[in-house]
Amino acid sequence: MAKQEPAHFGDPSLPAWSLPAGSAERIAIGVEWPERVTRDWAIGGSTGEGVRVCILDSGVETGHPLVGELDGAVAVVKTEDGQIEFNEDTEGDLCGHGTACAGIVRAIAPKAGLFSVRVLGAGFKGSGPVLLGGLRWAIEQGFDVINMSLSTTKRQFAELLHELADSAYFRRTVLVASAHNMPVESYPWRFSSVISVGSHEEPDPLTFFYNPAPPVEFFARGVGVEIAWLGGSTIRSSGNSFATPHIAAICALIMSKHPELTPFQLKNVLYLTADNVGGGK
Amino acid sequence: MSDLRAAVAAGALGSEESYRALLQSIVEVARAIFGARASSVFLHDESTDELVFEAVAGEGSEELIGRRFSSSTGVAGWVLVTRQPLVIDELEQDPRFAREAAESTGYVPKGLMAVPLLHAERALGVLEVLDRPQEAAFSLKEMELLGLFANEAAIALDLLQRAREARAVLQEEDGEAAALARLAGRLAEAEPEQREAARRLLEALEAFLAASDSPSSESF
Repeated sequence: MAKQEPAHFGDPSLPAWSLPAGSAERIAIGVEWPERVTRDWAIGGSTGEGVRVCILDSGVETGHPLVGELDGAVAVVKTEDGQIEFNEDTEGDLCGHGTACAGIVRAIAPKAGLFSVRVLGAGFKGSGPVLLGGLRWAIEQGFDVINMSLSTTKRQFAELLHELADSAYFRRTVLVASAHNMPVESYPWRFSSVISVGSHEEPDPLTFFYNPAPPVEFFARGVGVEIAWLGGSTIRSSGNSFATPHIAAICALIMSKHPELTPFQLKNVLYLTADNVGGGK
Repeated sequence: MSDLRAAVAAGALGSEESYRALLQSIVEVARAIFGARASSVFLHDESTDELVFEAVAGEGSEELIGRRFSSSTGVAGWVLVTRQPLVIDELEQDPRFAREAAESTGYVPKGLMAVPLLHAERALGVLEVLDRPQEAAFSLKEMELLGLFANEAAIALDLLQRAREARAVLQEEDGEAAALARLAGRLAEAEPEQREAARRLLEALEAFLAASDSPSSESF
């Protein structure tokens, strides 16, 4: 698969490192901001069409009734000599987690393209380098949204993950990551360049709240969620792992309607349209 | 075997038993508080990349202790790798899941809660609570409670691992710690004059080690 650069990377005048006199035109903002940003302005009528969402997880079961077809699937593996390889994934989902996340995105943003990058399922050992390798690869592909319903507690990976999260942020790839429901130091959800997600108990998939007391920034539906399970079935499950793809999908809806938004602007739209902030109603 | 060495070894062994009892008590309390059918703690064995039953309360009980399964499949495995707690309210009786569940729980539950046991930057294992009553919907309050039990279990598991490591070190015949324990034993058995001479020798050895330590530490 060819590496895809975000659209603004093709403009030789950007990124702008300084702003000489008379050149404000160069950084004109391509978004018509309404007087009041509402949920309807943000996502009304959006299906997620044209947005590419990557599920960085345990793989995705292609053809599951709640998932449908994927745009592609890659398995990240660590070879015996320690190299990270990217192979076409023909095994699908090894545990169900990735399929569940993909099903939630599909339900909310039915026309968004879904791509699976499998970084889980080969045991605990070596999961750190595989996760980092998979995330780096996904960022290089220029996905619009990367769903990460996982985290690592290893400090040795934190710095690299932080660099990757920042590079995604500047390349207009939105990283949406599961937070912890305990005061645990884990990554990447703790970085401010990602969108971190915890759970609320409301049944509506589009209800989400901004948290004025971070590090957890948003709360989405994460309790009693009907999720896709292996073998084409469904189960009811709870956890921040499932709250995260709700926000990833809402991001896809917003980006489909407003493709020019940067991750910074997108986070603002999420804030302004949250249920506990004005635009939510 | 010397008295002191025996005492040190007994301390390491004794503490392992206490920490196992603590873990057992944690799963018993977790099971009781949630009104669940069973609860268990799995330790992640890093050398084989497997999850091992360390404590079980309720269904499955004693015969599961020590049983191992791969960390690459199953709910416990994915909770360990993602570091994310997970609650499943209603399980479809998918044959793949049933086989996995039977392997990892001793029976096929209808629902389960699983939480990673995180201590500092390590993921030590997983705590599971199986088949809480289905009448009441799961709530975030329960998730919080599960997190509190997980903290306790992670501390107990960390202590248990340290006790095992201490015992392993003491049992290594060629190891320095074992040699020191043997030396301590001989000292305890020695006559008073021998002990006084040995004490001076040990002080000289300590001074020698301290002196040869300092230049290298200064060079950093």
